[in-house]
Amino acid sequence: MGAAIAVEGVTKRYGGRAVVQDLSFQVRCGEVFALLGPNGAGKTTTVEMLEGYRAPDGGRVRVLGLDPVHQGAALKPRLGLMLQQGGIYPQIRPLEALRLFAAFYSRPEDPRALLEQVGLEKAAGVRYRRLSGGQKQRLALALALVGRPELVFLDEPTAGMDPQARRVTWGIIRGLQRRGVTVLLTTHSMDEAEHLAGRVAIINRGRLVALDTPAALGQAGQGGTGLRFRAPSGLDTGALAGALADLTAPPPAVQELEPGHYAVAAPPTPTLLARLTAWLSARDVLLTELRVGGGTLEEVYLRLTGEDGELGGR
Amino acid sequence: MAPSPSAAPLAMLRAQTALELRLTLRRGESVLVTLVLPVLLLVFFSAVAVRGPSAGGEAALPGLGAALGRRPVDTLLPGVLALAVMSTGMVSLGIATAYERHYGVLKRLGGSPLPRPALLGAKILSVLALELGQVVLLLGVAAVLGWRPEVTAPRLALAAGALLLGTAAFGGLGLWMAGSWRAEATLAGANGLYLVLLLLGGVIVPVESLPVPWGSLAALLPSAALAGVLRFALDWRPGPQSALLDFTLLCLWAILAPLLAARTFRWE
Repeated sequence: MGAAIAVEGVTKRYGGRAVVQDLSFQVRCGEVFALLGPNGAGKTTTVEMLEGYRAPDGGRVRVLGLDPVHQGAALKPRLGLMLQQGGIYPQIRPLEALRLFAAFYSRPEDPRALLEQVGLEKAAGVRYRRLSGGQKQRLALALALVGRPELVFLDEPTAGMDPQARRVTWGIIRGLQRRGVTVLLTTHSMDEAEHLAGRVAIINRGRLVALDTPAALGQAGQGGTGLRFRAPSGLDTGALAGALADLTAPPPAVQELEPGHYAVAAPPTPTLLARLTAWLSARDVLLTELRVGGGTLEEVYLRLTGEDGELGGR
Repeated sequence: MAPSPSAAPLAMLRAQTALELRLTLRRGESVLVTLVLPVLLLVFFSAVAVRGPSAGGEAALPGLGAALGRRPVDTLLPGVLALAVMSTGMVSLGIATAYERHYGVLKRLGGSPLPRPALLGAKILSVLALELGQVVLLLGVAAVLGWRPEVTAPRLALAAGALLLGTAAFGGLGLWMAGSWRAEATLAGANGLYLVLLLLGGVIVPVESLPVPWGSLAALLPSAALAGVLRFALDWRPGPQSALLDFTLLCLWAILAPLLAARTFRWE
């Protein structure tokens, strides 16, 4: 299958300041692809160039093989989009909004069924401005889907949602993927990227800094294998290192990275795990999380976006 | 080629027009300014003039009373019809569009298959539909107040034409504000201009009755031009020369205002 989205050497400036610089990536058909980055990294600008709202100053953008700025009329019926700012009439009612958008497509979803799918059936007649933040987001999501799009752009789809609404949204996005719909989403949430995306592009200050699967990015971040666990803070890491000392040639280093988060720099073996839990058990300490392998995507993200951001200044 | 995944343009236009109209009628302030206020003004000034403080005297307010043995409603109706066009074209449309821009509704619709001409067409159609309602309502109220039309078909056609030209002029002004000012500024500007034109724009009080230097300036305003043509069409006043001048001015406004809006409109 070909690329649903192709971004080739794209640059975008606002008043001389480059917001996106020489950005290139491709999104395959049927893929869930996440653009991850801090505020002001250029995520929304990138998405808005793909949606046809802005023309790139340099480079080339193709969406479903078309130029979004000049072939918008042919492209728009095949896209679904969710803007960061809702863009919905304050006085409209959810069912009414869905019926309006359904009238723009030749074979739309059933508005009532879709409303149920996003969990808004009880709010069908409530004016938009009276909906909660999470309900507004879910209506915007439903509007993105009502035309049975081939490709969906979701700009921070779960911002401001409570955990339950987020779970519903994640379920819907997984459902889209099962139906072969391509999804490009932006998010600050590593959790979201890890749960949903097949591949993640991390961008910072308008540049691509990493692009891979969440698992591969996590591995790369740690630069090797190891073991992570969570337990009450303030454990005697020296004593724990001593208890594990005979397992590896140089005794494994044990660190408390932040309160309650520990890292053991040793190849994870069954013996190591048994030793660790025995040591904790002897001290009546409960292990609340255990992760074998490298660091998390979050660490990679913070490393790639944090330092650079500080060096760059404002 | 696969069949187009977007609906037929006419179906989109119909859906969008129906929604625009429904939302307009759902906004209390819009109903107040387009339907309640013109009717109130028509009834109030007719009543004030009829039962003026000097018992039996008809002209309680200069220029409002029945100068030549006419009922007050005869003199008032053309101005109130002009006011109705102002309220729908400028105030209601302008403020609604300004907030649609503010809330990103225009941007979101721009990302849907709805073409921009269809969006503009829906706005025009919903304004015309609301105006039709206003005209029917105001003529009905006027009839109750004793208005008996003595108008010929050509004059009715002239009145209808004036209403359309006025819609273009005031709709243009409203969209100009909506497309280039902040939403709050449009809200204040459109309402403020409405009040100023209502009092000083030759709508209720004809320009001849306004203080001297202002009166001649006010005659150039779109409100005075529209009210002037309507007075000529429905009330046989003032003379044809004055009406021709008003008609020319109205045409000018009907071209310039939409042009200004088209030139300056920003969608985001």
